[in-house]
Amino acid sequence: MTDLPFRTTAAPASRLTDQLASVHPAWWFLSLLLLVMPLLAGDFVLVQIFGWSFILGMIALSLMFLGGYGGMVSLAQMTIAAIAGYMAAVFGTSSVGEISMGLPWWVAVPIALAIATLFGVIVGALAVRTAGIYTIMITLAISAAFFYFALQNYEIFNGQRGFNGIRAPVVFGVDWRDPVAFYYLTLGIATLSFLFVLYISRSPFGLALQGIRDNARRMSAIGYNVTAHRVAAYAVASLIAGLAGILLTWQNGQISPGTAGISAVIDILVIAVVGGLSHPIGPFLGALLYVLLRTFALDVFSMFGFESTRFNLLVGVSFLIVVLLSPDGLIGLWKRWRDRARRGAR
Amino acid sequence: MGSAMTRSVAGWQWVVLAVLVIGFAWLVLAPWPPGLEEALGRKKVFVNAILNGITLGGLYFLVASGFTLIFGLMRNVNLAHGSLYLVGGYVGYETVELTGSWLLSFVAAFVVAGVLGLILQVLVFRKMEGQDLRQTLVTIGISIVAADLMLWIWGGDFYQIAAPEILNGATKLPIISSIKSDGTTVWLTYPVVRLVIFAASVALGVGMWLVLNRTRLGMMIRAGVDDRDMLGAIGVRVPLLFMLVFAFGAGLAGIAGVVGGTFQSLAPGEDSRFLLVSLIVVIVGGMGSIPGAAAGALIIGLAEQLGSVYAPTYAVALTFLIMVAVLAFRPQGLLGRT
Repeated sequence: MTDLPFRTTAAPASRLTDQLASVHPAWWFLSLLLLVMPLLAGDFVLVQIFGWSFILGMIALSLMFLGGYGGMVSLAQMTIAAIAGYMAAVFGTSSVGEISMGLPWWVAVPIALAIATLFGVIVGALAVRTAGIYTIMITLAISAAFFYFALQNYEIFNGQRGFNGIRAPVVFGVDWRDPVAFYYLTLGIATLSFLFVLYISRSPFGLALQGIRDNARRMSAIGYNVTAHRVAAYAVASLIAGLAGILLTWQNGQISPGTAGISAVIDILVIAVVGGLSHPIGPFLGALLYVLLRTFALDVFSMFGFESTRFNLLVGVSFLIVVLLSPDGLIGLWKRWRDRARRGAR
Repeated sequence: MGSAMTRSVAGWQWVVLAVLVIGFAWLVLAPWPPGLEEALGRKKVFVNAILNGITLGGLYFLVASGFTLIFGLMRNVNLAHGSLYLVGGYVGYETVELTGSWLLSFVAAFVVAGVLGLILQVLVFRKMEGQDLRQTLVTIGISIVAADLMLWIWGGDFYQIAAPEILNGATKLPIISSIKSDGTTVWLTYPVVRLVIFAASVALGVGMWLVLNRTRLGMMIRAGVDDRDMLGAIGVRVPLLFMLVFAFGAGLAGIAGVVGGTFQSLAPGEDSRFLLVSLIVVIVGGMGSIPGAAAGALIIGLAEQLGSVYAPTYAVALTFLIMVAVLAFRPQGLLGRT
């Protein structure tokens, strides 16, 4: 057993400039590229490729946060996102006038986030009563139950049809439905979530969480409240998933039970695992790959003369390959490639 | 707290249980007075819901017992269990189409699902001994691939397996449905095939219990659940035992597929539905416990059927609430060991 990665004394407060200087140049390049993307790409690419990737990436990020730092692989994240989306439709405006209350966005969105977070905390409180592999089973059961419930419930979830006509609001004179604006909106919120997770992972809370992941009994013995930390991690993850869920509803303009269907729930796990659970950038890489596959697999498939409907086969096989060959996903592949390149250089 | 106290509490509980059982038997067997019919609707509906729930519980037990057996012995979470169910169903359907023999379809489904399970055990679970998360992820990947392959082969249509002639139709049960105004009693009728299948699953459950508790093989399996290293140390070939149990559990899922295909129908999506059922049944009943799987299957089957009769939109929520209640008050499941 190695010692827990704790700094017993707080590191001297490094100045902002020092911190910025320590950022790898590749990150600067990536940021710049993403910021000028609207100059390079068309509306379709901005919203359907990047916007969607950022959103799915955020949901997978919430799974990565729980799984990578907390050791709890939760399959409820897509469901939590969908609940936020549903609540935004119920409290905000949609074309289903009988249910939607039509509150302004600055009321509806916080309520939706609060409900989604509350739901996530309840899921967490239930899931942390058992450990390890049980978490997957319980959260999968909860997600599937929500899917069937939303399918049958007409009072709140409007059954099979769900809600449509949900629009991103006009704020500060900007119509956030506009592709470029929506691109920056998703980019901004995804970046914030990314930095937030990165920040938390280095905060005392995040370190305690990683300690609990590695050895819960030891952490409990030195006085940490293991359950409270785990439930708090669910709250953080639910907030991120909830934000993504609202963005997803705005992007699609609709939400229905299928949004949180079992295959969608599994897809989030696939994205997070394929990307890699060891760093917050992993889920976004996984999401980009997933969206690219989802969008262009049809063309590639027909190019090789396959039936275009075999998308899930492709996803399943690539997922299997990644899990079998590189347990830590694309990040792992990249790290190994980098190490080999370095060794070669010496 | 003396033992007299606990005994008196236990005695009091027995009285409550007896009252409940007698009350329930009266509800099922006796003709209902008009007041009750007004409150609960027609008696036929109620008794049918109970019977459907119990027989559905039999099907759920078939699926979940294989899952819980594998989990109990090997700590392997096989999320491709639903795929084995659906494969079994399709194989059974093809067998009936080819040979016309319903009984043969059970054999075929058992063998095919069992062999697939064996391959899964040797190629996946043994290679990743002790890596719970990776095993689970791989089985998820396999279930995605399997679902798409089955969609490719059998398409998105609904399939129903035809039961043999003798089992078609309904039989009269010694349960009074209602009494007509002219005094004749109407007896309840119920599909024979469901009763036969239920009896078979009870027989299977009892058989599994007997094998587990009364035979040498069962003793080895139970010892494996408790301490597999020690079992290996005293000379039992644990890998072989694991293969046997895995194949049997998978085969059970295949059989359940034929049963499900006869009871209900086979279609894409049924795999994840029955995986979900197995998960909930096993969570409610207790991981790794066969009696737990039986109890869980019965509870979930009844909850689903009664729910769909008396509160149609909330049937799923009822199942879910049962699971939540069990997790909250007894996380190891009703009959699970701590």
